[in-house]
Amino acid sequence: MQVDEKIVRKIARLARIKITDKEVKALEGELSGILKWVEQLEEVNTDGVEPMTSAEHQPLTQRKDEVTDGGIAEKVVANAPLSEDNFFMVPTVVE
Amino acid sequence: MAKNSELTRLTIVSARKGLDKGDFTAAELTQAHLDVIDAGNKGLNAYVLTTADQAINMARASDKKISAKKPGALEGIPLGIKDLFATEGVRTTACSHILDGFTPPYSSTITRNLWDAGAVMLGKLNNDEFAMGSSNETSYYGPCINPWRRNGDETPLVPGGSSGGSSSAVAAHMCLGATATDTGGSIRQPAAFTGTVGLKPTYGRCSRWGVVAFASSLDQAGPITRTVEDAALMLGSMAGYDPKDSTSINAPVPDYTLALAKGVKGLKVGIPKEYRIDGMSDEIEKLWQQGIEWLKAAGAEIVEVSLPHTKYALPAYYIVAPAEASSNLARYDGVRYGLREPGEDIQAMYENTRAAGFGAEVKRRVLIGTYVLSAGYYDAYYLKAQKVRSLIARDFDEAFEKVDVLLTPTTPSPAFGVGEKGGADPVEMYLNDIFTVTVNMAGLPGISVPAGISDEGTPLGLQLIGKPFDEATILRAGRAIEDAAGDLGTPQDWWSATSGADAAPKKAAKKKKPTKSGGKKS
Repeated sequence: MQVDEKIVRKIARLARIKITDKEVKALEGELSGILKWVEQLEEVNTDGVEPMTSAEHQPLTQRKDEVTDGGIAEKVVANAPLSEDNFFMVPTVVE
Repeated sequence: MAKNSELTRLTIVSARKGLDKGDFTAAELTQAHLDVIDAGNKGLNAYVLTTADQAINMARASDKKISAKKPGALEGIPLGIKDLFATEGVRTTACSHILDGFTPPYSSTITRNLWDAGAVMLGKLNNDEFAMGSSNETSYYGPCINPWRRNGDETPLVPGGSSGGSSSAVAAHMCLGATATDTGGSIRQPAAFTGTVGLKPTYGRCSRWGVVAFASSLDQAGPITRTVEDAALMLGSMAGYDPKDSTSINAPVPDYTLALAKGVKGLKVGIPKEYRIDGMSDEIEKLWQQGIEWLKAAGAEIVEVSLPHTKYALPAYYIVAPAEASSNLARYDGVRYGLREPGEDIQAMYENTRAAGFGAEVKRRVLIGTYVLSAGYYDAYYLKAQKVRSLIARDFDEAFEKVDVLLTPTTPSPAFGVGEKGGADPVEMYLNDIFTVTVNMAGLPGISVPAGISDEGTPLGLQLIGKPFDEATILRAGRAIEDAAGDLGTPQDWWSATSGADAAPKKAAKKKKPTKSGGKKS
């Protein structure tokens, strides 16, 4: 798959990464190269093969759905670039 | 008191014995390492942060336990910690600008286990940004350098990646052992490049809690050490069930050190013919053959096996890993921790923060991941890769019906120079993981053991791959390779300010260094 400028801009938008015009040009080539390389998987017959969604060699363990931690709001926001009264502060989302 | 160079050249096992016998104290052992780091880190950039005061305090606490005859399994052993592990009160950034200044108020389960066993933290080690890379060149803190050099050549070589700080520090005697993580080869490839031992356990053997996530179905932590026995000892303290990680294995941790004594007599060792790739260099081919002969001589039986989907593991990995990464790295949005770049609205703030905070390789992988998961492409890429992953895992299941362990080279080449690979074509760098990535795809344990010296004078490693939960057998086989290979030497110290004169006082040594104009004063 050859990705063009439009696709690069679209996925950058989806990934929430601002890219410069210069980066778009370079990424077109790099991403196309990687995608072309991974497309060799098309040679493999995967009819009737289940997708592998986990590398677990044991079933996932389950636990009771209960509160085991908490009451540490100050620690939770300690690394925030901006916080007030233990809330994360962000630019206005809803006018 | 022993000289620094004597103390820093000990193995973990011999240092433990010396501490218990009272030959030296944990404080002396730690100080010796801090001095070696102080003199040499500028040359190698292995540590991105040292925690000298904390290290000495931890060592003094260890000395008390040792005097009380109550030492833990790693009591007083100074370790380096990859910057991917959250360390309470100590900056943890995954060597990314986007985690600038992040200071976790908690400790990863692995580091917690190590401190509980008595280990001492020397500092945080360099790695590729978010563990994405095979050369440690994508780190926000700059590349880490391999202490090894080619014969008669001063070209700086990479220590491998992503755990390059770990491998470099262990090889350069800047710690007795280090934690590392492996998503596609990030423990084993750096170990091979630096003549050290790198063990990636079975998926789920070591808790991922508090380890910065890259690709959650592939990530696994393990040790880098100078001997197989040290790896066995360190893994014993790192491993274990953790209710905080739902994929953690709930099974007892065997005594890996005891298992080593069993040897390899009667062990069935598989040689996967598909690893004999086109264009494999003679020296790698020769090294592999030598490994086969060594194991045979030690009493193992050699069996040729087939892993037919080997060549598809790397392309499948470069769909699965970026897909998981794009999802895991969505959390870096400038709201909860790390860097924030302002914008006119919240969308612009997200986009500006992530543009400024992520390096080029991380951006590439997040974009690839976003693409293969996006509407219209999901089935063709992501689902297809997951199906191929099933076939890769099935190949291993079938091989392990016939053999106990597999032997392969760890890497297709010895360490390369800084800036030599991947500049124009990212895939060139990805190909480094061709022999290691299969193991992550199937969730198996693997170990790289130093096995020889390349024509260029740099180390080469052999890899042993085991059945799920069977770290003991790869350690046994690894030990047999280590014994047969003998002493491969250590790199000549060119990186220290004191250039090996460890008896010289630090201050005097610093004064001797020529002052470069424009250089920052420390």
